[in-house]
Order: sequence, then structure tokens, then C-alpha cells
Amino acid sequence: MEKVINIQLKIWRQKGPKAKGAFETYRLEGISGDTSFLEMLDILNEKLINEGKDPIVFDHDCREGICGMCSLYINGHPHGPDEDITTCQLHMRKFKDGETIVVEPWRSAGFPVIRDLMVDRSAFDKIIQAGGYISVNTGGVPDANAIPIPKQKADEAMDAASCIGCGACVAACKNGSAMLFVSAKVSQLALLPQGRAEAARRAKAMVAKMDELGFGNCTNTMACEQECPKSVSISNIARMNREFIAAKFSD
Amino acid sequence: MTKIDSKIPEGPLAEKWTNYKDHQKLVNPANKRRLDIIVVGTGLAGASAAASLGELGFNVLNFCIQDSPRRAHSIAAQGGINAAKNYQNDGDSVYRLFYDTIKGGDYRAREANVYRLAEVSNSIIDQCVAQGVPFAREYGGLLDNRSFGGAQVSRTFYAKGQTGQQLLLGAYSALSRQVKKGSVKLYTRYEMLDLVLIEGRARGIIARNLVTGKIERFAAHAVVIATGGYGNTFFLSTNAMASNGSVAVQCYKRGAYFANPCFAQIHPTCIPVHGEFQSKLTLMSESLRNDGRIWVPKKKEDAEAIRAGKLKPTQIQEEDRDYYLERRYPAFGNLVPRDVASRAAKERCDAGFGIGSTGLAVYLDFSEAINRLGLKTVEARYGNLFQMYEKIVDENPYKTPMMIYPAIHYTMGGIWVDYELMTSIPGLFAIGEANFSDHGANRLGASALMQGLADGYFVIPYTIQNYLADQIRVPRFSTDLPEFQEAENAVNDKIARLMAIGGTRSVDSIHKELGHVMWEYVGMGRTKESLEKALVRLKEVKKEFWTNLRIPGEVTDLNVELEKALRVADFLEIGYLMALDGLNRNESCGGHFREEYQTPEGEALRDDEHYAYASCWKWTGEDSEPELIKEPLEYEFVVRQQRNYKV
Repeated sequence: MEKVINIQLKIWRQKGPKAKGAFETYRLEGISGDTSFLEMLDILNEKLINEGKDPIVFDHDCREGICGMCSLYINGHPHGPDEDITTCQLHMRKFKDGETIVVEPWRSAGFPVIRDLMVDRSAFDKIIQAGGYISVNTGGVPDANAIPIPKQKADEAMDAASCIGCGACVAACKNGSAMLFVSAKVSQLALLPQGRAEAARRAKAMVAKMDELGFGNCTNTMACEQECPKSVSISNIARMNREFIAAKFSD
Repeated sequence: MTKIDSKIPEGPLAEKWTNYKDHQKLVNPANKRRLDIIVVGTGLAGASAAASLGELGFNVLNFCIQDSPRRAHSIAAQGGINAAKNYQNDGDSVYRLFYDTIKGGDYRAREANVYRLAEVSNSIIDQCVAQGVPFAREYGGLLDNRSFGGAQVSRTFYAKGQTGQQLLLGAYSALSRQVKKGSVKLYTRYEMLDLVLIEGRARGIIARNLVTGKIERFAAHAVVIATGGYGNTFFLSTNAMASNGSVAVQCYKRGAYFANPCFAQIHPTCIPVHGEFQSKLTLMSESLRNDGRIWVPKKKEDAEAIRAGKLKPTQIQEEDRDYYLERRYPAFGNLVPRDVASRAAKERCDAGFGIGSTGLAVYLDFSEAINRLGLKTVEARYGNLFQMYEKIVDENPYKTPMMIYPAIHYTMGGIWVDYELMTSIPGLFAIGEANFSDHGANRLGASALMQGLADGYFVIPYTIQNYLADQIRVPRFSTDLPEFQEAENAVNDKIARLMAIGGTRSVDSIHKELGHVMWEYVGMGRTKESLEKALVRLKEVKKEFWTNLRIPGEVTDLNVELEKALRVADFLEIGYLMALDGLNRNESCGGHFREEYQTPEGEALRDDEHYAYASCWKWTGEDSEPELIKEPLEYEFVVRQQRNYKV
């Protein structure tokens, strides 16, 4: 039968990037197990608005696990305790009746808090702008079937490309490293013949931008892979390191 | 009587676009640098347009409401993108893609636009592959295809169940490259709130910085709208939470026509509604209909037992299952177009054969496919979709059939544009789902991605030059001009009015009420009575909104409730237009099904004699009804027929 639970929430509230934040405690009763985590926050916000209080600010959009907009550090895990999903796909059936749920924003030097649970991830855009593309203009490209690509390579590129840019890898990392995010893009493009031409330039430019923006180093704790909602593999980090070292040698 | 000029080029259908390009005006490179273009939206259409215009040398200002251009809702498209490559040697051609699209749209789209769409479709695939989009491939290394509804060929290119994501990331990467070069300036977490006209031409926008709440002004020589559709008028839809129709309403109130608002697509395969707290509906890709079979029990008592939880679908014998799409439409079977599949599901549920706890669901069953292809193949094709289903519903679709039901998904209607994708306001263009142009009364699967990218990569970079060619001597505008002041004042007044209501209800609660009215009276089956009722109810909801709304927080600050209120204010206007348009159109066509107009077999009954036109609604003021202007749809090359997916 349908599960209904009562919960206690400890939610991080913070007025702005420079303001001092603190946890606030809320109680919700009669939450259906079929409610998604964000719908549970909608219910809480509706309650806060009706009480004349400020609703909790959090990022979200597609609510089907693909836009990468939702974040939330729930009970010590980016995107919560369930595996291979984003917060918007997390359902309340994963929590116990009477449980206290702690909700925090992504915490990383690279992602300053904007308000409450909303953070600024524009650093990711800047890293992509530094070189996360193949330099072709619109038009004047060869026929799509002109270059055969082995299925295995194409599939590997697709797996790397499935990164949604949510930032869970950074939030999970004790060093606040963005290596999984950066390596996923470097790998996707390095695996494809179209992307080889500027593979070295790309790896160097993206790594340099990542360092410049204050993300930490990789010390192989593998927390990023563990928490990635799309199961992007850390083998991408190894591939990026190879690309990067090769690029440095050829300098 | 206002006359409409759709500017369709002369000549035979297959030569129109070539003729246009051969004779259009261009802007030389030195002059491009002096011209500014605002692009609003960063989905497939917006990002591809901004990137391509930047590459050409224009100075582009690109806006999005999310924290990054990559979040736009195009990202959620699952199934694929059509193109007439004929790589499968199965008889496809530009003409066939054109014909399928025109027929799929129930003969309510412009022939010339649709032909151009089919014509440029092949270039899109080439472009995306060059960008590094990892489309699915065969073992030989060449591209793989699959089938989608409304077609008898395999012309759909795909990247797992994440085609929209990969195409958008491709466009986003091209856009990012231009941002780096400085030809595109990006404004994230900005929402357009009004259009600015100077001497009748679109010359800028007013936008709100969503982080600070500050209202800002931006000037340009032309404005391109790529803000998507208005499906969220229904509150529950497959759209993202922030998807909205507000820019369309702003343009409409500044004089752009709103065309065919009642043409909304209801997608047949979505996860059914389960409760009042639900915030959105999740789509299960149409690609699932390649291998999944749709059925309900043949016997009412079985359906009742399933609803009561006494019987499981796997216990229903093969002979007691009604594969109603295969029964009604033998030629296309489970791959009939979306409007047809949605109505057929509604028909079965209304007749008492629905399943699930509410009775508003049908089965999508993979047991036969798993037996035929093996679990591994099915997993490789649809694994991520099955996982998504299981996380939401808590049932394993490999073992028990999925439950699905139709939901609002896409809006074919939108801002009216001519062949150049220019609206009725000079200098204002609309591309992608935001315009009305290519899908007629129903869009085929895998054609939204095609149209968004066609408009952005291969149409607007040409047609906008034809407009800008005589603007090269126009200097940049100051945002201190009175026109900007007037528009900003109007925005501030509207915000002040909303904040001052001081009522008792949250934005969401009124939005849900609006959604109920829309689904109930302007939904899958409409009648004269239901639409008249909708017009009355919508006025009541609008009154409730403007007298009993409560928005906490400050104006000049991050204020999510205010953002939502501004959007819902416009959804109320769109809902009214949809009902008005549906009431005017006394026929059934595509996604617009008027129950009074159907064949004895229950198929949509068009009235080509009286309704072979695009209805263009012109704003006439707050207190008067809009004026209807008709753009006749003259078919020179295709003979209109009753759509037939049976033989």
C-alpha cells in the first residue's frame, strides 16, 4: 500500500553569498512515498508562503533528471541517498517515517551560494568556453557518414557525453575538484575523429581554466564517480591526464 | 481588414528556398560587426541561432532564464531527430519527409515552410556529427536509424534516449566557442519582460536580472525570440518547471500575431498522474513504440479487477488483451502519430477499459519484444528510459508492463511568422517551438529537434540578413530613449500591481486551478459547450489571480514567487486565446479534436472548405476581444486528404 511518512527537515538558509547561513528546522506530516523530493519541498514552500514566510530557494527545472539544474546535498550525499539519479528523481519512499533529513547546498569554493540552496555554477560554462568544443562553423561540413566511427568508440564517447553538468562531482570531492566534469568533455571529443585535431589544445585550455577558477586537484578518492547521477566513469580522468601529458610533451 | 503576407517565394516547391537564397539581400562582413542582434532563449533554436549569427560576425546578445544555456528544455527531448538522408535505402527522400510532415500536421501547415524544413534536415545531421554529437552507430561505423510515429521509413537519428541532450550540448558548445571569441555576450538568469519598439520596429527588450531583481534595458537592430512553447498553461505537462509563454504574450501585446493557439500536442506515452501534489508529468519517449505494444484488457471485468488491485496485467491472457492501435490502424499499428494514439487511449479509458488506480492509464508492454530480441537488446535500446520509469513508479518495466497516459507535451501554435521567420512586427523574429510555422495541427515525433535546429542553423542566418541589409546605416540605439523608458515603466507598474494584491493564495495554487480548467475543457476532446464554459471559468480564475494572490519577498531581490506570478499572469491570457481559437475552429484536425466533428469511426473530421487557414489573433486591448485574421493555406503541390493510417 502507499507509504505515508512524517519527517523533520534541517535546511540550510542563507540570504546571500556574503551572509552567514544557518540550519532551520521544519516538520512535515503525511508525505506520500510517491512524492518526489522536490515536490516535498514544494509542499513545504506552499506552507511557508501561507504562513507569510519566505520560501526556500533551490534550483530545479526539468524534473526528469536531465537538465542538471537541481542540486542539493541530502544527508551527506549529492542528489541524496539513492543511486544513479538526480535530486528531482529522488522519491520520499526512500526515507523512513520520523527521519530527520539534512539538506545543504553544494559546498565548494568554485560554486558560491546565491541564496539558500541555490549556488552559482557559471564556472562550468567558463571551462567549456575555454575549449569544450570542436571548432567548426555552421555549414560546409562533410557528410555525416563520411567518417565511419567504430561503434565502441561512439558508445564510449556517448557515455562520457552523458554528463549533465550538475556539479555533484565537485560537491562530492573533498578537494572540490572538477576533474570528472572536465575529463568527461575532453574524453568525449578526444574519442571521436572529429575532435582529434585540437585534442591537445583543448585539454590544456580546459585544465588551465579549471585551475584558474579555484577548483582543487584530484587525489583519486573516487567519490565523484560514486556520486555522479549519470555514472560517468573516472576512466575519463585517466584519459584526460594522458591527453594533457601528451600535449605538454609536444610543447 | 488586415492582410497577411507570408512572403512565400515564387517557383516550384523544390526550388523556392534556393531561389530565395539566390536573390535575397546580404550584409557584408564589415557591416555585420556594426549590427546587434538579441536572441532570447538558448534551447536548440536559440543556441544554434546565436552561435551561427556570432560566427557570421554579428554582435549577439543571448539571454536565458536558467543558470546556464545548457539547461534549456530541449535537453529533455529523448527519442531522436528526423532527416531525409535515406541511409537505410528504404525509400526516404526530401519529398517524403515533407509529405509525411504535411500529412502528420493534418494539412494545416504551409507547404513552402515544410518543404524547406525537409530540405535542410540533412545538413543538420552533418553539422551535428561535425560538432562531435555521439549519435548511435552500427558496427560498421555508420549511423543508425530508428522509426517514429507517422512514418513508414527509418529516418530518425538518435543518441541513446538522450538525443535532445546531445544536440543541445552540440549547439551549446558552438555557442560557448562564440562567447569565448566575444561575438556572443551571454546573460544567464535573465528573464525578458517586454519588447521595445521604435518607429514600429523591434529594437530591444526589457529584462529582469533574476538574481538581483534589477530591471535592465537592452537595445539591438533585431530581436529573435526562441523561448519555446506554452504547454505549462496546463500546469501539469512534460515541460520544465520554468518553461513559459510570457515572451509570446509580450510580443502579442506589442502587435505580433499569435497563430493557432489551440493546436497543442498531447503526447500519448507519459507516466500517469498520481496525486494533487504532483508538479510535472514525465514523458516516456515515442521510440518505445518501436518495440512496445499498447493494450488494455478486452473485458471490462478484467479492467475493474486490475483497478481494484485484484489482478495483475501479466495474468491477463493474450486473447483477452485488446491491442487497440494494432486493431484500429493495421498499417501503422503502434506507430500512429501522437494525436491519433492519444485519442485512442482516451477512448478506451472513457469506455471503462482503463487501468491503474485511477482508470486513466493504458499498458505499454515489452514482453513480446523481450522474447523476440532478448533482454540485452531491449536494455541497450531503452535502458535509461526503463530506469527513469522504475525510479518514478517503483515498478520494474522489464517484468510488468509500463502504465502510460497522454499529457500535454508541445505546442504547435505560437507567434505567427512569415517565410523568413519574421513576425508581423518588422525586425522581430521567432524560431523553434516559439513560432507556429511548420507542424500544422500536429507535430510528428523527432521533428521538434529538426525544426529548432533548422531554424537556428540554416534559416535565420540567411533570412535575418534580408531584413538587416537596409539597416546598416542605422546607428546603435541609446537605451535612454523614451520608448525604453515607457516599456520599463509598464513592467514596473505590472510588478507593483502584482505585489500590491496582498491576497491569500500562492501562485502555484492558482496555476493548478488554471491547469484543471484547461485539461477539463480545452483538453483532448473539446466541444462548443466545454470551450464556452472554459472562457467563463478562465475569466473567474483570472479575477481570482488579480485579487487574491500573495507574493512574499521584495521586488528588487531574488524572488522566485514573483517570477512565477509574472508567468502565470501570461498563461491566463494564453489559456483564454486557446479556448477562443478552439471555439472558432469548427472542425477537428490534428491535436485539436472537437467531439462534434468526427467520422463514424471516431477519426478527426476536417473542414477544408471553411477552415483551411492559420488563425492569427491580433491584440486589441485589455478590455476587448482579439481580432481574428486568416492566413489562407493554399495547397499547390499536395492534395488534401483524410489522414489514413489504417491501410
